[in-house]
Amino acid sequence: MTMALEMNKLDTNKKVGLFLVSAIVLAVLPFVVGGLLGNSWLRIIDFALLYVMLALGLNIVVGFAGLLDLGFIAFYAVGAYTFALLGSPHFDIHLPFYITIPLGALVAAFFGILLGTPVLRLKGDYLAIVTLGFGEIVRIFMNNLNAPINITNGPQGINLIDPVKIGGLSFGKPLEIAGHSFNSVYLYYYFFLALTVLVVIMAWRLQHSRIGRAWVAMREDSIAAAAMGLNIRNIKLLAFSLGALSGGVAGGLFASFQGFISPESFGLLESVMILAMIVLGGMGHIPGVILGAVVLTVAPEVLRDVIGPLQMHTFGRMLIDPENARMLIFGLALVIMMLLRPEGMWPSKRRKAEFDDAKKG
Amino acid sequence: MAHALLKIEGINKRFGGLHALNNVGLTINKGEIYGLIGPNGAGKTTLFNVLTGLYQPDEGTFTFDGQDLFRAKPHVVVGTGIARTFQNIRLFGEMTALENVMVGRHIRSKANALGAILRDKKTMAEEKAIEAKAWELLAYVGITDVAFERARNLSYGHQRRLEIARALATEPKLLALDEPAAGMNPSETEDLKVLMEKIRKDGVTVLLIEHDVKLMMGLCDRIAVLDYGKKIAEGVPEVVRKDPKVIEAYLGAAHA
Repeated sequence: MTMALEMNKLDTNKKVGLFLVSAIVLAVLPFVVGGLLGNSWLRIIDFALLYVMLALGLNIVVGFAGLLDLGFIAFYAVGAYTFALLGSPHFDIHLPFYITIPLGALVAAFFGILLGTPVLRLKGDYLAIVTLGFGEIVRIFMNNLNAPINITNGPQGINLIDPVKIGGLSFGKPLEIAGHSFNSVYLYYYFFLALTVLVVIMAWRLQHSRIGRAWVAMREDSIAAAAMGLNIRNIKLLAFSLGALSGGVAGGLFASFQGFISPESFGLLESVMILAMIVLGGMGHIPGVILGAVVLTVAPEVLRDVIGPLQMHTFGRMLIDPENARMLIFGLALVIMMLLRPEGMWPSKRRKAEFDDAKKG
Repeated sequence: MAHALLKIEGINKRFGGLHALNNVGLTINKGEIYGLIGPNGAGKTTLFNVLTGLYQPDEGTFTFDGQDLFRAKPHVVVGTGIARTFQNIRLFGEMTALENVMVGRHIRSKANALGAILRDKKTMAEEKAIEAKAWELLAYVGITDVAFERARNLSYGHQRRLEIARALATEPKLLALDEPAAGMNPSETEDLKVLMEKIRKDGVTVLLIEHDVKLMMGLCDRIAVLDYGKKIAEGVPEVVRKDPKVIEAYLGAAHA
């Protein structure tokens, strides 16, 4: 015990150092990316932060509690629509973000319980199919709730959503400081980063708590967990609602960032991508999940920029349509990755040991 | 007069056409080691699952420590004070031994999600207490040296002990052990016997299923015998072992 404690003390210096370095990197990142590569790349970084929040939310459900959810994007949609309906000319309601974002998160959490309740008895493939259906139902509702009363504006979506405003500062307009103009992607970057940090802290603290232990126990053996006095129903619903909560926050941010949402943004492919981020990164391991979300957001965009010119350069003409080639390479990369490293890019020690044991047989 | 801790009457449980428990009734007194024996398929584990809330009985009454537990959910049963182990050990394999015992503290602790996220003083103090209690229980069953090992990597004997520690973490009044000596060698069985005596001395009533009849005779205060879902005998070991119905159930009619 004392040995372990001393080791921890030694590590503290390293941890502080690591913290400072990452804080500085994250603080100057937008200027480096925005300055060297342009605002469109910074926009991609902003999106990566949204996906980090989504992936961390889904990770609570899939990674911690072991409940396979293929309809997670529904909570993103719920958060986004809550924000949009309460902050746009559509109903001419303009509530500030500090009301709409928490409200969107709560509504999403409520939908989490709504999904969780009927599926309490299901697990594995059966659960996956029901959640898949749930995700589609939410999307189809958004698509069709324009008649008889127009609530969601149907497939046209909701336009002119209010940007985030803090005091007199609107995130919708470029910021002028000392003659330099900073695009709104800069402001959103810091705003998203702050909330991402909050979501990371929330997920990490939950994992290392009585609740987190209960999730792992349930994932490992739900019958033994029940026999040890865990209320399986409550623990499952808690996982669904807390996961949905992060999804709802990301959804509200997405709505204000884009200024426009439509049901198209919340399809099945999005749910699958978020799940892929978790699996590829390292299921249940927060740093791995963050890495997975960043890589899977940025890599396709890099491919988009590289593939066209590369073909022109090597073959002198376009052999494959760049958009197709991009998805082809991306898909292939996922397959190869899963074959070579099924535990993910950055798995937790526990999960790595699990896979190592499996390899040994 | 002994004080009844657990009392069931007229318990029936059917699986399709199989009448797994047929009108079973028994009383376990506070502070005793109560044994449950019977040939394979007699319904011992089914009865165990009924007593711990994993199975819902079809009919009957079930009271424990003055509370009605008929068809109660497992977590309610554990909350009232019944904890169990499993015949085919069911630990949380990827968790460490320490974490396994900490899970057992779940029902005796309160921290909710908000407390976990905010890490207020009360939550942190509770978390510390959970860990301290878990260490204490690992020491109690004598496996502190493997506290940080994953449960699935422990030796068989250690796994059995860990399961008992995890069950004790729920602060049971009745500890139900399903064949704890299965697969153990004589010296391990002897250690187990010492542990069970210690648990009983510390005020926990013990319910025990076991095949090792010799162990049961030396350890239990009273024994019930199940055969084809029916209780065919109950009493002190010396009487039960001479009961012709018991001998018949175990060895066949010719020996009776």
